[in-house]
Amino acid sequence: MKALKNPALALICLAVLGIGLDFGVNAYIKLILLFATVNCLLSMSLNLVNGYTGQFSLGHAGFMAIGAYFSAYASTKWGFLPESLQLVQSFVFVIGAGLAAAAAGFLVGLPSLRLKGDYLAIVTLGFGEIIRVALLNMDFLGGPRGLSGIPSVGSFPFAFMFASVWLVICFFTIWRVMHSSHGRGFLSVREDEIAAEAMGINTTRMKVKAFVLSSFFAGVAGALFAHFTNFINPSSFTFLQSVNAVIMVVLGGMGSMTGSIVAAIIITVLPEALRPLQELTGVDLRMVIYSLALILMMILRPKGLFGDMEFSDVWRKYVRRSA
Amino acid sequence: MQDFVQHLINGVSLGSIYALIALGYTMVYGILKMINFAHSDVYMVGAFAAYYFARWLGIENNPGFSTLLTLIVITMICCSLLGLVIERLAYRPLRNSPKLNVLITAIGVSLFLQYSGQVVFGADPKVFPEVMKDFVILSIGIVEIRSFDVTVLGVGIVAMLGLQFLLFKTKIGRAMRAVSANPMVASLMGVNPDRIIAFTFIVGSSLAGIGSVLVGMKYPKIDPLMGMMIGMKAFVAAVLGGIGNVGGAVLGAMIMGLSEEMVVAYLSSTYRDALAFGILIVILIFKPAGLLGKYSVEKV
Repeated sequence: MKALKNPALALICLAVLGIGLDFGVNAYIKLILLFATVNCLLSMSLNLVNGYTGQFSLGHAGFMAIGAYFSAYASTKWGFLPESLQLVQSFVFVIGAGLAAAAAGFLVGLPSLRLKGDYLAIVTLGFGEIIRVALLNMDFLGGPRGLSGIPSVGSFPFAFMFASVWLVICFFTIWRVMHSSHGRGFLSVREDEIAAEAMGINTTRMKVKAFVLSSFFAGVAGALFAHFTNFINPSSFTFLQSVNAVIMVVLGGMGSMTGSIVAAIIITVLPEALRPLQELTGVDLRMVIYSLALILMMILRPKGLFGDMEFSDVWRKYVRRSA
Repeated sequence: MQDFVQHLINGVSLGSIYALIALGYTMVYGILKMINFAHSDVYMVGAFAAYYFARWLGIENNPGFSTLLTLIVITMICCSLLGLVIERLAYRPLRNSPKLNVLITAIGVSLFLQYSGQVVFGADPKVFPEVMKDFVILSIGIVEIRSFDVTVLGVGIVAMLGLQFLLFKTKIGRAMRAVSANPMVASLMGVNPDRIIAFTFIVGSSLAGIGSVLVGMKYPKIDPLMGMMIGMKAFVAAVLGGIGNVGGAVLGAMIMGLSEEMVVAYLSSTYRDALAFGILIVILIFKPAGLLGKYSVEKV
């Protein structure tokens, strides 16, 4: 029971936040908040592969797409529970979406994770693109038109609660995994693959494990995305979406869970905050600023905002130094 | 059968364009061991440079060989300047940092060029000026050899032979090969690696510039995102042939061009983009160093 104390506390905090935000906040900001939760899930899951295991994956949008399409298709076609139990049904479908994405992650990861560095990046990018092209050619999934009329989870507090449950599950699962012997294995692969191999760690197996868990949560993020927007098509899951996830991980610091959350929130809010600038200049400078920030970040602060420290470590180091 | 020959000709013509761009990837990879994601966007900027210069010089309406030559020279200059600037401002500060950071920077530069391209040039496609008249040189039955295909192939071959000469017959080429083998030892032998790397970017980018004029001639619609897909395919071609290997890049590009043409002709055009990655994945799984590459064992 002791292990459940922190998750329960976090969930209660998020619930209070969600109910509080229901009053006095307009629909636009609510939608941004929901997208922030999706991005948090996405960046935490990618952090497991890119940050902790040190393998560069550029195909996360593909897994997100699989999750989104699974959940969307299931909830429009396979509704098996009465209207009143919609929430339970959505939960089941989101788990299904995660499992579908995890299966895809296993299939993709098993052959490609034997590669390293740049090659792995390109192969995962390739798989992401192949998934997208395959979705474009599947007529029962709407092809290029996409799927519309996906039922939403409910009004804002419900949707936010639903997302929070997944956020808490994701955060604490990865947290617990990283503090177990599996997590040590992931870290050893990141630090020195050859040395890890010499210590008797099956590095490919470690990488595949991390990859499967990561794609599970990416699938969940995709499913939530589908339910929040009520409409998906293959162009929501392009290369740019994968890059976006990578940017979040890098900005937050590779190997920092709280860092990824903070970065995901920044990355979600920043384009919206830059909207006035767009109206002022008349051209869309958002992506230009975005990419420039990425380059400068890499040159000036290559370890991201938090490096591999968690928020609590940063707090202890810089804010409460005197204590 | 005649259909097949026609597709063969188109495939070779497409392949030689891929080859020009793939050479840029392979050279940078050979020397810096990094994927220059921004290479395909340098190519895009080259196409736009050709477009604006052709309008500025007023030569967009008189197609001919001199127009082609002028535009190729101009784009080569523009692209190599851009390549030089990218190398100096984005890649050189990261010379000694982890590979991941360099890769992310390259993606950043690529996105930067794409989106500032959309701001500067406008997001709508533009029509590339008519550089040369397209006519049928030779027709056997229904097989046609068009002047475009001949020009593309000819310019491509001249550029590749020029590169071969540069790499294997000149002093700077020897220096490039030395830096590629081991930058530390090369610098002990009196080669300045920074200058050689800058020069590599110049050569690679100007090849991309030539490619952009040829593509603009063949498919006269240019837009700021045009580099993405062709860049991916050219990169796949480079990996397919064995990255870092000049001959391999050409071979890989020809295979890519031909197989893409065949897929579009005999299967479905919607799968052409997935094909490149399919080939890539198969190659990397079964022959990780590419067709002509040498497999090296990592030592502690």
